[in-house]
Amino acid sequence: MGRKLLTEHIDVEGINTFEVYRKHGGYRSVEKALKTMTPDEVVEEVKKSGLRGRGGAGFPTGMKWSFLAKPEGVPRYLVCNADESEPGTFKDRHLMSRLPHLLIEGMITGSYALGARTSYIYIRGELLYVLRILEKAIAEAYAAGFLGENILGSGYSLDLHVHPGAGAYICGEETALLESLEGKRGNPRNKPPFPAVQGLYARPTVVNNVETIAAVVPIINEGGDEYAKLGVGKSTGTKLISACGHLNKPGIYEIELGVPVEEFIYSDEYCGGIWKGRDLKAVVAGGSSVPILPKELILKTAAGENRLMTYESLSDGGFVTGTMLGSGGFIAMDETTCIVKNTWNFSRFYHHESCGQCSPCREGTGWLEKVLHRLEHGHGSMHDIDLLVSVAKQIEGNTICPLGEAAAWPVAAAVRHFRHEFEWHVTNPKEATAPGAAYRGTAVLA
Amino acid sequence: MEPTTAPTKPQFSPAAQAEIKRLLTHYPEDRSKSALLPILHIAQAEFGGWVSPEVQDLVAETLNIKPIEVYEVATFYTQYNLKPVGKHVLEICRTGPCMLRGSDELTEHLERITGAKVGGTSPDGTFTLKEVECLAACGFAPIVQVREKYYEQLDTPEAVDAMLNELKSLLHRPILPWEENSTLPNSLKNY
Repeated sequence: MGRKLLTEHIDVEGINTFEVYRKHGGYRSVEKALKTMTPDEVVEEVKKSGLRGRGGAGFPTGMKWSFLAKPEGVPRYLVCNADESEPGTFKDRHLMSRLPHLLIEGMITGSYALGARTSYIYIRGELLYVLRILEKAIAEAYAAGFLGENILGSGYSLDLHVHPGAGAYICGEETALLESLEGKRGNPRNKPPFPAVQGLYARPTVVNNVETIAAVVPIINEGGDEYAKLGVGKSTGTKLISACGHLNKPGIYEIELGVPVEEFIYSDEYCGGIWKGRDLKAVVAGGSSVPILPKELILKTAAGENRLMTYESLSDGGFVTGTMLGSGGFIAMDETTCIVKNTWNFSRFYHHESCGQCSPCREGTGWLEKVLHRLEHGHGSMHDIDLLVSVAKQIEGNTICPLGEAAAWPVAAAVRHFRHEFEWHVTNPKEATAPGAAYRGTAVLA
Repeated sequence: MEPTTAPTKPQFSPAAQAEIKRLLTHYPEDRSKSALLPILHIAQAEFGGWVSPEVQDLVAETLNIKPIEVYEVATFYTQYNLKPVGKHVLEICRTGPCMLRGSDELTEHLERITGAKVGGTSPDGTFTLKEVECLAACGFAPIVQVREKYYEQLDTPEAVDAMLNELKSLLHRPILPWEENSTLPNSLKNY
């Protein structure tokens, strides 16, 4: 089993309290950074670590930090994106509710690196109970002198607050999140300007995912080079994978990047195989927005190599035969799953969550949902299948934010790999819409 | 159900007012509108689980912003209920991973035993059913959220019964952290 950098002590009793967390080495990164490092040295370590954004995009964190504008006399902000809402992803809720101090520690060290004097954790409104846990932990950190004025006598001061959303997937997009934090509708902003220049209250801002900020803690404790030794190539360190769907042991696993997908699904150390003794049909590996892959292609690349849990290996083959690591929301589907129904369900999600600003997304997601509903219920035509591809193409690249792509990609991939199953719904509607019906034909692999 | 009284202007309880005051310290003085979402959450908890136009006006007044600024936000975010609801709002996750583990069946089952339809309230006013999108607990599907609590792995009738029995036995809604040391707000009485 690989090393656990984030969740090593997650099962320790009382680890949610300052006292126990501190006893297990908590807040060392704050001491090290504030007492022995300059802010730029902290950024440098994060760059060396090769850490990539854990929210889904996988953008190098150190580079994102170095883009932050630093005009004299203008406040800047670090905002934690805890709006975890990508279907299939549930790691941040786990991390925050069990190890609240890990996120707070990362926020302090990260804020110091960026020169932020006030920072926010934007948490999705459904997780108000986690907000309470975080607020309690923040109060403990203030009492212990790790937050507030002149932290540890370093001269550095920081205030940290938690802010709830109220039910909107779109607020996971960083500029929509900032709008929401300003008390507005979550409509993504046009870019440029990017948040690094004009973010919260039009001030320079960095927005990072919970897991990304948590990873700063071991990076500063052990050094960026040590962190980069874990993993494979440009996929360094560990990653939390949210495993769900038809698995024997769904749950949250911290893996060293590079574990073979097959091992992750079938070994008892991880998911323990497919439930009810069934066969695997397909996997959505990185949250609902990434392309679905049939069993054959998720286990091995088109070239026949073992697929690994890394950014590079999962995207091998592009969108023709590959997918993305994304947020690490790993959804497994057994042989009885109806791909048309599942695709329709996801399209309904994106239609529901589209903010409505851009016509291609507002209208297009509605079309996708309607056409898929028609196909799923046995009223579709062959033309509808091509219509899906056409609509998806017209959304992609034509919207302010990536929700458009997130809605288009899963549909395009489902039709690409499971066209026979869509056609079966047209040619055999009675059979396809019978309760418990499942198409058992082969998938398209290239 | 309580008889409706003549419409009076709603007021936040002293405990809620203190909490709002605390929240306002989180944002720069000229950016107090930032507190809008958290204050709407407080309002919804205080005034029977939904935000009426009058309550939204109160929030606007509290933040010294135009009512439309509250309306456009209250209608954008799905957690704010814009119509009266039952005592317990059951928010059933319907998204892919929950569907794979039986959320459709769970919804049907809940409709049958509560007598409420999705989007509606049971005749006795106890349960409102609401379908929602991904609650970020996919590994513990299927899931229902009631206020701040997640009920997970509701894949057996027994698990569902346990949840409903727990809810039915509540004498008042759960007390929120800022209410712990105060006299009970009106919404906690007459539950």
